[in-house]
Amino acid sequence: MSRLEELFKGRSKKALLMPYTTGGYPTVKDCRQVLEAFIAGGADMIELGVPFSDPLADGPVVQASTQQALDQGVTPDDVLQLASEFTSRVPVVLMIYYNCVFAYGVDRFVEAAAAAGVDGLIVPDLPVDEGEEFIDACRARGVDAILMVAPTSPDERIELIAGSASGFIYCVSVAGVTGARTSLSEQLPDFLWRVRARTDVPLAVGFGVSTSEQAAEVARFADGVIIGSRLISMLDEAPDIGDGCRTIVKFLKEVNEVLN
Amino acid sequence: MTIQSRFGPYGGRYVPETVIPALDELAAAYERLKDDSGFRAELNSLLKDFVGRPTPLYFAGRLTEKLGGPRIYLKREDLCHTGAHKINNTVGQLLLAAEMGKKRIIAETGAGQHGVATATAAALFGIPCVIYMGIKDIARQELNVVRMKLLGAEVVPVSSGSQTLKDAMNDAIRDWVGNVEHTYYVIGSVAGPAPYPALVRDFQSIIGREARRQVLESEGRLPDELVACVGGGSNAMGLFAAFLDDQVSMTGVEAAGEGLDSGKHGASIERGQRGVLHGSMSYILQDAYGQIIEAHSISAGLDYPGVGPEHSWLHDEGRVRYDSVTDAEALAAFTLLSETEGIIPALESSHAIAWIVKHAEDYGKDGVVIVNLSGRGDKDVHQAARALGIME
Repeated sequence: MSRLEELFKGRSKKALLMPYTTGGYPTVKDCRQVLEAFIAGGADMIELGVPFSDPLADGPVVQASTQQALDQGVTPDDVLQLASEFTSRVPVVLMIYYNCVFAYGVDRFVEAAAAAGVDGLIVPDLPVDEGEEFIDACRARGVDAILMVAPTSPDERIELIAGSASGFIYCVSVAGVTGARTSLSEQLPDFLWRVRARTDVPLAVGFGVSTSEQAAEVARFADGVIIGSRLISMLDEAPDIGDGCRTIVKFLKEVNEVLN
Repeated sequence: MTIQSRFGPYGGRYVPETVIPALDELAAAYERLKDDSGFRAELNSLLKDFVGRPTPLYFAGRLTEKLGGPRIYLKREDLCHTGAHKINNTVGQLLLAAEMGKKRIIAETGAGQHGVATATAAALFGIPCVIYMGIKDIARQELNVVRMKLLGAEVVPVSSGSQTLKDAMNDAIRDWVGNVEHTYYVIGSVAGPAPYPALVRDFQSIIGREARRQVLESEGRLPDELVACVGGGSNAMGLFAAFLDDQVSMTGVEAAGEGLDSGKHGASIERGQRGVLHGSMSYILQDAYGQIIEAHSISAGLDYPGVGPEHSWLHDEGRVRYDSVTDAEALAAFTLLSETEGIIPALESSHAIAWIVKHAEDYGKDGVVIVNLSGRGDKDVHQAARALGIME
């Protein structure tokens, strides 16, 4: 069992709190402060995005954050460095688009991630059918290849994905891109039961989760809750980074209460 | 499944899991219908009576004389309804969408030709249609924006990234991910995730099948060379596909923009590296970290940092030569064809004309060359006039 799976299975709370932010946003320096705020707010695991020029699984909020990071010249190496500063304190998984992995060299990138202490890699545009080289590289380096399932995935595909999954399975709550939504899909419980029936790997839910009420709802059916765009919006709307981080800590503590 | 999804190492389906089932559904529907006699009959009837096919293979006598080189034939895709080859594909895909019971159509567009062709076909089938278009392209292709709106389509301006075709395609994919169950995504080039590259090639291959028959009729033999411009590469694949097994040389002409060494070009094959963009593995313009680099071309339809995966494979295999011409050379060819043949070509197609102008002397007087005149230049007259100093 991988470290991430042990973390999920040994938990005392209903579901793990897994905040996301874009690496190097708003700046590399300020991003450190954001990650500190995640820890202060009670994050069980942190998801850190590697900025990509064409993030086609992301909605406007994450898109704008990745563009701002890229405009400052943030590279995958910068994000690996940032991650390495935190991996001894909290498990970190990276979200990275496939072309960045491919350009780096698949094995070389996985090796660099392992060296930085990263526990898992999420590649949103690499479905399991195209992922053999990547998944093999992850296995060889002891990094979890975090695979995604969607509400549109038929049972056969869920079985196929479950067969290669480790760490946790990233369940996309709705058919759509990342971003806050006013309500969760009514089909979410059925979808999660369909996945649960086909795997023992823990399930984390992301995309569209933005309030503690939604987190509580998700925690009834899943092992982890991923919140991203809402947190980045808090930074966008705050007058300065200190204020934004304080808002994030307060919000994450509220969410943690409903998850405990 | 027998529809080709890989071309050597290129192609594939690098997209979010959410849309994989929709790609499976599309591939299955296309597999079921492509050889169905009813589907074929309906498609052929639309191509004949709505699109206006077959298009002529026109002997460009004055251009031939002027260049003193090979006998040059123009495949007149500019005479298709809506003014470019794009409609061959959109009519086919709309027929598929209708058969699949889809209730909404989306597409991306660069120059606006694919957007107009999609809006046209959507109007023909009575299905609501949304077109994504970069704001930079909206500014330089205003005529096509008006046409799409007249055809009842909603045009969504895209302001992210380079604000051109690449970003319009990102937003179209994002829309599709969120509305995948009832929405059909009409990709306009031989790009994107499988099965699109093969499917779009098949719908465009009517160009080459007609041209092959027509050149045999007029010359009694196959041509020595085929020339077509390549952005994503659908008009080129459409022409080349029917000749791949023949002893016929082929050239795909990319946009060299302000010069290959200027950094401002669209030459993905000549100056790109292998990578993944918009769902498929191909040659793309990118930096050392895999960030996509903005392309540049005077022609909006060639202003794209990627290329269809089959082109990358045909390049690696040495089956097709890929070369490029600059903005200035394309503009000169735009003027030359207008003045010598009375045909105003699209700036995209002008790249193919410019290539044969540069290389005419490589072929003897008895040589036979087919140039794909993929579209007409009405949409480009304002831009060309500014560039040529004809008007402010």
